[in-house]
This record gives sequence, C-alpha cells and structure tokens, in this order.
Amino acid sequence: MRKIRCALIGSGNIGTDLMFKLLRSEVLEPVWMVGIDPASDGLKRAAEKGLKVTHEGVDGLLPHVEADGIEIAFDATSAYVHAENSRKLNALGVLMIDLTPAAIGPLCVPPVNLAALSGQVPMSVNMISCAGQATIPIVAAVGAVQTVDYAEIIASLSSKSIGPGTRANLDEFTYTTSNAIEKVGGARRGKALAIINPADPPMIMRNTIYCEVAGTPDRAAITASVLAMIAEVQKYVPGYRLVNGPDFEGNRVAVFLEVAGLGDYLPTYAGNLDIMTAAAARTAEMFAERILDGSMQLKKMEPAQ
Amino acid sequence: MSRSPMEGLKVKLHDMSLRDGMHAKREQIPVAKMVEIAKGLDAAGVPFLQVTHGAGLGGNSIQHGRALASNAEYISAVAGVVKQATISVLLIPGLGTMKELQEAYDCGARSVHVATHCTEADTSPQHIAFARKLGMDTSGFLMMSHLNTPEGLVEQARLMESYGANTVYVTDSAGAMLTHEVTEVFTRLRDALRPETEIGFHGHHNLGLGIANSIAAIGAGASRIDASLAGLGAGAGNAPIEVLAAVCDRMGIVTGSDTFALMDLAEDVVVPMMDHVVRADREALTLGFAGVYSTFLLPAKRAGARFGIPARDILVELGRKKMIGGQEDMIQDTAMTMARERGLPVDVA
Repeated sequence: MRKIRCALIGSGNIGTDLMFKLLRSEVLEPVWMVGIDPASDGLKRAAEKGLKVTHEGVDGLLPHVEADGIEIAFDATSAYVHAENSRKLNALGVLMIDLTPAAIGPLCVPPVNLAALSGQVPMSVNMISCAGQATIPIVAAVGAVQTVDYAEIIASLSSKSIGPGTRANLDEFTYTTSNAIEKVGGARRGKALAIINPADPPMIMRNTIYCEVAGTPDRAAITASVLAMIAEVQKYVPGYRLVNGPDFEGNRVAVFLEVAGLGDYLPTYAGNLDIMTAAAARTAEMFAERILDGSMQLKKMEPAQ
Repeated sequence: MSRSPMEGLKVKLHDMSLRDGMHAKREQIPVAKMVEIAKGLDAAGVPFLQVTHGAGLGGNSIQHGRALASNAEYISAVAGVVKQATISVLLIPGLGTMKELQEAYDCGARSVHVATHCTEADTSPQHIAFARKLGMDTSGFLMMSHLNTPEGLVEQARLMESYGANTVYVTDSAGAMLTHEVTEVFTRLRDALRPETEIGFHGHHNLGLGIANSIAAIGAGASRIDASLAGLGAGAGNAPIEVLAAVCDRMGIVTGSDTFALMDLAEDVVVPMMDHVVRADREALTLGFAGVYSTFLLPAKRAGARFGIPARDILVELGRKKMIGGQEDMIQDTAMTMARERGLPVDVA
C-alpha cells in the first residue's frame, strides 16, 4: 500500500523521537530530516535509518519536495522560525503538522478534537505543547460533565528531556498552552505552569490538572469521565497513567498523572516527548488516510503578497 | 577586640518582607499593610524592596495560592509611596512571563530577580534580556543553590551574566547551605565574573545560619543581600534584616540603613501581623536539614493534616525525590501516595 511521504524539520529531541514513531507507521513514511547542525545526533540517526538529510535548514529541503513527493511535513523547530517554514512548504502544497508553540493553524489534541478536524482541509495543524497534550484531555473530560470555570495545569519535566529551543522560549510554551486549555479544553480561563527538574536519575514527566467547576462537583460522573479519557490517551501513549485523584476539595478537582515514554529516542522518563510526537503522528495519520482514500486533496497555496 | 576585617565594605540590602514574606502570610497581606511597611523601609533607607505574590509575577494560582490583591495592585500602591527605594519583583520563567514583567514595569517596578533552578539558567535569557531592554536593574537568581557544585554555580552565573544580568544571586531556597560553602562559592564567583557584575546572597534561616551565611557572602565579595523584617519569609524565614543591619553596623559594613528604625518596624508592625512565629520549628528545620524548598512548609503542614501524615515525613520524602521550587502540586500527590502506602484513606475532605 502507498504511504504518504513526510519530511521532519528539526533534528532535536522531538524530531528524532518522532522519526522513530513514523518508521512504524502503516500510512506515513519519513523520507527527509532537516537540521541546521551537521554534527547533530538527530541527523546522524536519520541517515542511519536511510532518510535523506540536510543541515541547511528548510531551504535545503525545498528543491527536493516535488521530486520526492513530500506531502506532509512536521515542524519541530521553534515558534520563531515556524511561520517562515510553514509559508515555504504550504506554497508547495505540503501540509504542516506544527510541533512548535507557534499555533498558527488549528490546535489539535487527538482524543478531544481530531474527529472535528477531519472535515476540514487545514494546511497547518498545531500540536500545542507536550503539557497541553498531557493535560487538555483531562480538562475536556471534566468539562464534559460540568462547566470548568478555571483550569490550571502544572507540567514537571526532566531537565534532560528539554532541548535548547524550549528552554529559550518558555513564554511561548506558557501562552500557547494556556490558550489551548481554553480553546480546546473548554475551560473559561486557563493557566499553564512548567517546571524543569534536573534530578538524576531523571524524573518521569508529571502533570497535575486542577479544575474549578461551576457548582458542586458531580464526583461519580467526573471520575468516570476522567478514567474513560485516560483510557483513550493510553491507546496511543501506553505510559499515560493516573497516580492520584480525581481528588475533590470544594469545587476543585485535582488529577495527578505520570507520563512514561516508549524510550524511542530518549529514555522512558521523557514521556513529554512521546505524548507530543505520538499525538502528532496520530494527527498526521488521520490526514494521510484521507489523502490516500481521496477525500482530501492538498493544494499549493499562493504565497501571501 | 581586633578590628573587623570587613570594615568599610558596602552592601545593598534588598528587603523581602513583601514578597518572600507573602509565603509566611499565605499570600494574605493587605495592600494597606504593604504600603505601611514599604513606607517604613523606605524611610529607614533600605535601597530595594521586593513586592509581589510570594511566587512572583504570575504567582496567583491554585498551585501557589491566590493573594488578596493582584501584583499590579500591590506594586502600584507601594511604588506610589516610596521616596528613595527601588521596587523590585520576582519572575520565575515557566510561571511569570514577559507580559507580566512589562505590566510590573508599568506599575513602577524598576528591578527584577529573574529566578531559575540552580542548574537551569538557560531558561532565563528571554526574560533577562527583556528586563535590561526595559532598563531594569536585573539579577539572575539561582534557586536551591545547595543542589549544585561551586563549579556548576559559576557556570550558571556566567550564563546569566552573558544574558545581561548585572547581578547574580546565590539563592539558598532550602536554607541548607553551610557557611564554608557560601564562602567558597562567593570566592569563586567573584573571581569568575566581570568586576562590574555584582553578586548577591539570598538566605533562609532554616538551620539558623541566615545571618552567618550573609556575612560570609559579604566577606567573599557579595554586595547585595536579601533579608526581611523579623525574617518574615518562607520556612524559618529569611535573614532578619534588623539583625543583619545591626551586625553590619558592629562590623563596620556600610548598609546606609537605620538599624533602630528597622528594629522598630520589625517589632511594632511585622511581628504582630505574623500568623505563626517564623522560626526554625521542627518542620522548618527539616527543610534545611533535608534540603527542601522553604515554601513547601505550609502546604506540607496542610496536606499532612488532611491525610494524616506527619509533615516532616512528607518533607523528607519530597527531599528524597529531589522536588524543586514550583512543584507544590507534588506535596499533595506525595501525601496521598504515602497515605495509601500506610493504609490510610485518601478520600478525605
């Protein structure tokens, strides 16, 4: 069966982890990896796996897009360069799956709104952030029972799993995740906090979700909804696990999660990589299936004047 | 008695009563009380006053507690009454953002501590550069400094200096540093950083070393010291500013502050407003002993009471798991896990 050919832009932790997931896909085939550092470990791994590589950034890829039949590109660079990457690749008819916090295209958390995106033909879909992918499903699950007036999430990430791009741009992470808690999670107001912990051995990614609901929480219904959502996420991130909660105090619901990864690139503590890359791969697969069955056609976009 | 070896050294005191002190008051200091204290500190000649939620900009949250007023309200009120003091704020990247720093600046803040964990300085370049662009006095603030080596702290301080920080702080958030360690770190920092880059110390009194460590830092080149009235701050509090000023007077270290005025302010205004006596009680001492973030004290006491686990046990476990500042959610999580392990109910209100 034909697979949709893909390019990975960014050869850091996220891009490299994603490559390993795409290599297992039945509908996606990673063909190119783009970096900016010829010595990067990610490019080396990609070459070993038989991908074509360039260290000249996205411009090193552009001349090959048509000849190599690239239809989907994943951007794992930074919010600052994503807009330019997106413009150049959209002009060639390539669908962008954006793993930066740029959030230009529609926001996607697969178990919450991937189905709703399936009727659209976006040229760029944004995956928000690792913390967003880990926590927004729970906000939505609580919100499915009762209005969430305010949702606050705390993501604790191991220092070794956080690359230089994320470190230098923590504000974008905060803004994008907070916004998505509202737009996708459905909370009236959202706030995201991130902590980078250097403990050695590294701590497994932890996420805490606090929701303040309107009225007295319906404990049984909220608990059932949260547990069902965890099972949904576990379908593509098996290490997504409830540690404590749901805990109820007044109108506050607290859920304490742990996310262990598959260990594709970084070890299993880096569940933050897995939940992001697994969500991106799942989103891309949905679009790939539509391209393959003919229900979606990619169009070259005229560059904006 | 021999002459003080520090005779003539100059140090800038940075009061923490209205920021770190917020932790000890569960973020419940009224604006009017802040104004009263700020006026007193300003009149006493303290050159820097920090004013925000205990967790700094963006701190109002379930995680860190909700203050009586917004940061903008606190900063504006205090900035409106001081005559000589510079108003500073705390910004922890990952919690506070540049939007909030701009707002604080617009309200009158002109100095900022940009704080990261002591190994994660590279999460601060955006914020330090932005603060300098605003023209603010900008300190890099390396928290939980007992968890890094002297060499590591020098490397992290150099990063913050390279981003534009004009001061770098060693921040003993757990009150766990010993006096010889402070001397070694400051000696190395003074040697490694540019001469015009100031170095500062922020202590906690959990092992009773707040003053001794501050003096050791000054002796090894620190020119800025954080302290607070009657020690009002997280854990066993900060170095009590009136005690520090008195010791500096005796040692011939120039602070430019009026020690008697600080003593009066501590005794007449701050001690009467305390919810608990800020001292090295059993749990606060545990913070220093086990190397745990001082702010964890009160949430650990609350979680301990709710789930039936001694707060000291929770704090020791948090130290063992190497939890750091900002991970307050892990206090309840740890308490619940410990309760389950001990066969206690976790479904308690």
